[in-house]
Amino acid sequence: MATYDFIFDGAGLRDWCGVKVSTGPVTMAELLAGAGKTESGSFWDKALALPFPSLDALNEACPSLARTRDLTKAVENGFLGAKDSLKVVLDPLTQPLSWLLEGALWLFDATPWWLMIPLILLLVHFASKSIQLVGFVASALLFLSFIDHYSFAMETLSIIFVCATLCVIFGVPIGIAMSRSDRMQRIMIPILDMLQTLPTFVYLIPLIFLFSVTEPKLYGIAIILYAIVPVVRLTDLGIRLVNKEVIEAADAFGMTKRQKLYSVQIPLALPNIMAGVNQTIMMSLAMVVIASLVSAPGLGVLVLRGIRNLELGVGLVAGLGIVLLAVILDRVTKAALARVNASNSVPRH
Amino acid sequence: MTDQVSISIRNLYKIFGSNPQDALEKVYNGASKKELMDQYRHVLGLSDINVDMHAGKITVIMGLSGSGKSTLIRHVNRLIEPTAGEIWVDGENVLDFSEERLREMRRSSMSMVFQHFALLPHRTVLDNTGLAQSVRGENKQGYEKDALKWLERVGLGGQGGQYPHQLSGGMQQRVGIARALTSNAPIMLMDEAFSALDPLIRTDMQDLLLELQDELHKTIVFISHDLDEALKLADHLVILKDGRVVQQGEPQEILLHPNDPYIVDFISDINRARVLRVRSIMMALGSDLERPIVGEVDAEDTLESVIARSGGDADQNFRVMTDGVPVGFVSMRSLVRALVPSSASAGGMRSKAS
Ligand SMILES: Nc1ncnc2c1ncn2[C@@H]1O[C@H](COP(=O)(O)OP(=O)(O)OP(=O)(O)O)[C@@H](O)[C@H]1O
Ligand SMILES: [Mg+2]
Repeated sequence: MATYDFIFDGAGLRDWCGVKVSTGPVTMAELLAGAGKTESGSFWDKALALPFPSLDALNEACPSLARTRDLTKAVENGFLGAKDSLKVVLDPLTQPLSWLLEGALWLFDATPWWLMIPLILLLVHFASKSIQLVGFVASALLFLSFIDHYSFAMETLSIIFVCATLCVIFGVPIGIAMSRSDRMQRIMIPILDMLQTLPTFVYLIPLIFLFSVTEPKLYGIAIILYAIVPVVRLTDLGIRLVNKEVIEAADAFGMTKRQKLYSVQIPLALPNIMAGVNQTIMMSLAMVVIASLVSAPGLGVLVLRGIRNLELGVGLVAGLGIVLLAVILDRVTKAALARVNASNSVPRH
Repeated sequence: MTDQVSISIRNLYKIFGSNPQDALEKVYNGASKKELMDQYRHVLGLSDINVDMHAGKITVIMGLSGSGKSTLIRHVNRLIEPTAGEIWVDGENVLDFSEERLREMRRSSMSMVFQHFALLPHRTVLDNTGLAQSVRGENKQGYEKDALKWLERVGLGGQGGQYPHQLSGGMQQRVGIARALTSNAPIMLMDEAFSALDPLIRTDMQDLLLELQDELHKTIVFISHDLDEALKLADHLVILKDGRVVQQGEPQEILLHPNDPYIVDFISDINRARVLRVRSIMMALGSDLERPIVGEVDAEDTLESVIARSGGDADQNFRVMTDGVPVGFVSMRSLVRALVPSSASAGGMRSKAS
């Protein structure tokens, strides 16, 4: 005797409901219910135990209705059904990503440390023009190398390097397209909102089904989807915020759309775009740590080992390494941003 | 200087809103700006504008905030598309232009100066000045000479290497003017070009513009909401109100014969002696004079300077000269009469209107 029998009896749907024959997978609740069935108690006991009329509760009264377990099963089946055709399209499209990641990992690994560290410092100097920052980065890198985290840190950096670059390559044009068309903006904003609010683990679920865990593109896609959002948003915003009068001047002097884009809109939006790049890099770092769950190499692997094997020290030291990398990346991009800002200060009215 | 019409605007209407063509019908049927707003949620930007702007002259468009000045000037280079009407520039209807031809016109025959300067912050003063030429595809060597020449001419010699934010507002607008001049276009559009500047610097810039104009004879369309500025610069003055032309003509003529209470209000506060010129009030040669002639004045002299010459004696007459040739007479009596503000002289008209 189920709680909600009266609904279906009352609505005259008893025949449609049929007799109870459980064909689908057994739910946890059914198992528990089977274990100790007590059918007694006063009205109040029943009232207190009144279940919410959910799919499972209604199914007890009317077996023709689907259970929630059937629903998730259907989603799964639907996904698996679409998987093969999706794979045919996505696999070749994303294959270059695997190559890029493998190539970068190889390159960062093959370059000897005594060449790599000076190269990085040179890059830092070029971006920030700050000796202090170069000094800080040098000591952080030497410290990491000294405690034998050099190769892990380089793996993490190479993945970030590839993914953040791809985010910029795809994100900036998408942002530009959004700034040019309100329609495009209306379409993109919900997508970006979704990418930004989905918990990071949820990205991985469909990707694991689509690609094999051994392929680098699996985590590459997860990182890019997650980290591309800020650079798209801030490119769109930056271009829309460009002083209207300056745009009018560009038109009044007869600039073509392309001239306007390259010599007015992008340079004036650059501070915002750079702020987006900074956030994109930071989010790539966050995701590359999580992506160690799906075989992304780097410092995240050590953190994961710390959790799995309860090797507290390994996890914490690797965590410290991640913090150091984060500070380095943030400082360097912010310093570059500050330089752009200084040479680009628009008079305010 | 020719007296040829360079820019001719015919029956121009501009309505902002979702369905301007329907709203235009209402305007043709006599709806006012307020009715159009209240009943149809459309903004009447410009209504039945007809203006001829002469080559080599300064046409000033004046009106209060929201009267449609910026909207009007942006029709000349089609930064704004009209709802109805025609815009003729040197014999061609701008509205018939293809995108390509329009760009060509903006590059070669028109330049523009903006209220807030609209310089490119990431380019040096020199590169900003050469903007028009670099847009046409010339490299730095191509525009450097011209740009330096005009920077020198507007008083910014030696500042070419600086960035706009390193300059004061007045200097930035000099760059704006140098940029417009370097484009070498015969037509210059100036939207409240001096409104963002301090009064003293503003006067300097007005003098600079007049000085340049003496030499260059550009066709200038100048927007202003300031009557003193308008009177100082204008060869032809167009007064706008709520998107309509209320009066246009020679500024002195408008001062002496305002045809609308709105204009009477507008001009009631100015110092007429300083603005009115002898030529506007002089009598023809050969008029009978009751008093003897005591001296000569120039046709372009202001009444103020004539009063100073007379030493306050109300019975004097002067001979009016242009380039050393007598062209008429002016009596102190008629001069004093011209100083009576039109609000008093046109009192009847004013009370009728209100
Ligand atoms: N893009 C637009 N959409 C809707 N209404 C507009 C638009 N541009 C201008 N208007 C309206 O048209 C009218 C004229 O505006 P315009 O900017 O030409 O005035 P203005 O004389 O230049 O004023 P100001 O001295 O403040 O610059 C105003 O009522 C304004 O609200
Ligand atoms: Mg304006």
